[in-house]
Amino acid sequence: MIFQNVIWAITLTGMGLVTLGFIYAIAQAGRPADTAEAERAHRTSISLRRVLFAALLLLGIGIAWASLRPFPIPAQHAPLQAAQVVDVVGHQWTWDVSQTHLTAGEPVEFRVTAGDVNHGFAIYAPDGRIVIQTQAMPGFTNKILYTFRTPGTYKIMCLEYCGVAHNGMTAELDVAARGDKS
Amino acid sequence: MSSLELYPQDEKLPRGEHVAFNLYMITALLLFVLMMLLGLTMRMTQADWTPVQAAMFYKIMTMHGAGMVGAMSLASIAVMWFFLRKYVSLHLWAFVSNYVLFMLGALCIIWAVFVGDFASAWTFLYPLPVHSMGLWSNGAAAVFMVGYLLIGVGMLLFYLDAAAAIIQRYGNLGRGLGLQWLFGGAIDPTHPKAVVASTMVIIANSLGILAGAVVLVMCLINVYDPEIALNALVAKNLIYWFGHMIINATIYMGVIAVYELLPRYTGKPYGVSRPFLWSWAASTVFVIIVFPHHLLMDYAEPRWMLVMGQIISYAAGFPVFLVTAYGVLTNIHRSGLRWTMPSMLAVLALFGWAAGIVPAIIDGTIGVNRVMHNTQWVPGHFHFYLLLGVLPMVLTLLYHVVGSRRRAPVNSGTDRAGLLLYVVGGISFCMVFLYAGHMSVARRFSTHLPEWLPYDRAGSIAAMVLILGMLVFATRIIVGLLKAPVDADAAHPAG
Ligand SMILES: [Cu+2]
Repeated sequence: MIFQNVIWAITLTGMGLVTLGFIYAIAQAGRPADTAEAERAHRTSISLRRVLFAALLLLGIGIAWASLRPFPIPAQHAPLQAAQVVDVVGHQWTWDVSQTHLTAGEPVEFRVTAGDVNHGFAIYAPDGRIVIQTQAMPGFTNKILYTFRTPGTYKIMCLEYCGVAHNGMTAELDVAARGDKS
Repeated sequence: MSSLELYPQDEKLPRGEHVAFNLYMITALLLFVLMMLLGLTMRMTQADWTPVQAAMFYKIMTMHGAGMVGAMSLASIAVMWFFLRKYVSLHLWAFVSNYVLFMLGALCIIWAVFVGDFASAWTFLYPLPVHSMGLWSNGAAAVFMVGYLLIGVGMLLFYLDAAAAIIQRYGNLGRGLGLQWLFGGAIDPTHPKAVVASTMVIIANSLGILAGAVVLVMCLINVYDPEIALNALVAKNLIYWFGHMIINATIYMGVIAVYELLPRYTGKPYGVSRPFLWSWAASTVFVIIVFPHHLLMDYAEPRWMLVMGQIISYAAGFPVFLVTAYGVLTNIHRSGLRWTMPSMLAVLALFGWAAGIVPAIIDGTIGVNRVMHNTQWVPGHFHFYLLLGVLPMVLTLLYHVVGSRRRAPVNSGTDRAGLLLYVVGGISFCMVFLYAGHMSVARRFSTHLPEWLPYDRAGSIAAMVLILGMLVFATRIIVGLLKAPVDADAAHPAG
């Protein structure tokens, strides 16, 4: 399952629920309620808001817990001890990549920085989807730990606007299956 | 509480105010249309339908970003001013000075981009402005930043005048926000929501503008003395603190129009309540500390700031959904609402804000941001709540004002057709961005991969439909604003 598709489904569900709420209220809006009905609707809306508040609070705490443990960003000040290490430096408008032949199934540590301005280091899978990214910033090194699942040619693109040839700033990574190092 | 009378006397604009309001709004409408045309040019360039070169594309991109943020600020400040002046005494000179400084700043920006070739994007991430690789001069970068400074000074001046007026009337800013009623006490139901929202914006946006001023001055010094280098991460923090706040403030200023006007069309009172005051107090804090969600891919950023960015992004949704959107829905529910242009636009505005927040909050999750950051998901969500949220808030007020000149809300077939084009075009336009973003289409690329072209073409067509709707609105409102008020003193026709 592609992660982005899950996110897309969740987003459409959320936006759809908001839309339904509006459609419901709009459909009712033209018919004025009498005093008794208005009083009842007022009380219902207050208890409904309490329920919604509690539900959203629980949902928020649950999502925060699930999405932050383990913390999705590797420790930046400790050695990552990956078998493969790639040093990446972004320049206007090329990527300087210390090694482009990698093996699937084994963790890779990318140490990403920039020589001049801010760049964005994004790895695109052969199917055209981003698998991971970080910023390449002058004066700082951001470390990614990533394990390629499927072999193939991955593409690096710059996702932070860095000047006129920004969109041409690409490089390739050859990821071989474990055991057939080329 | 705001009045339930459709066109109360205290909203009439005396001559000077009338001219100033027209200047603000007509300028903003023209800017919106022009900037939309630039946006369309960008989408069509990506669609491979125009011969625009990369250098020109990025100049247009810089202008579109700076111009839209500027136009949104200009228009939403006029919304805030229009209602706040009923409750506290504002000085017209401060309002007009903001306009004059804005225009001077805009001239600097236009000169820097189209004459000086400056193309560093509206967020001018340090040190890009001084690293053009020969495309623009440091002088052009400096003029661009001076343009921002002029606009910032103008806004600060307006906020200071508004802050002084609120303090004079209510004692201090805390009482303007209604903090004295958070934990108990009888809430004064006539305490205006416009004052609560304005106070929040004054506090938050003044801080943001000051952060912006600091980073601008630091960058300006760096332009002329490269020996004085900045820390790129610190500069980025300041830029996003400023950028996040200034664009978010437009929503909080714009929503005042919905608070004030919608109850008049539903006929149902909509006073302040404890949840309402809590929501604005919380938003005041959240909007100030939420900006690290722009830096989730900067792993060098302290971890607690990234965690805060994610958690506050979620928390910031509570006030939006549970108080403002929910409050508006309960206000229109079974109300006998009259569907005219102002009421339709007000409901659209709240829908755009609430629905657009969903993909924004989801992107604020670190794990999601890792694959969505700087894809078209980002313009997807912010266009949703700017195009379908903030701009309709402004249009709500404008259609209302135009209606007041004719003593009845605007409700013509042409306007309704314009609204239909705007809504259909706008929702399609934003959903194409979001769909492309989930397919990993990068943002801010002048040239797209062949497999991305279908989205660019769909987006271009949607933009054309939207712009047609906007042209109807702009024409109708500008003509309406320039018409003299019906009840003006015949001896002194207003301009
Ligand atoms: Cu780059």
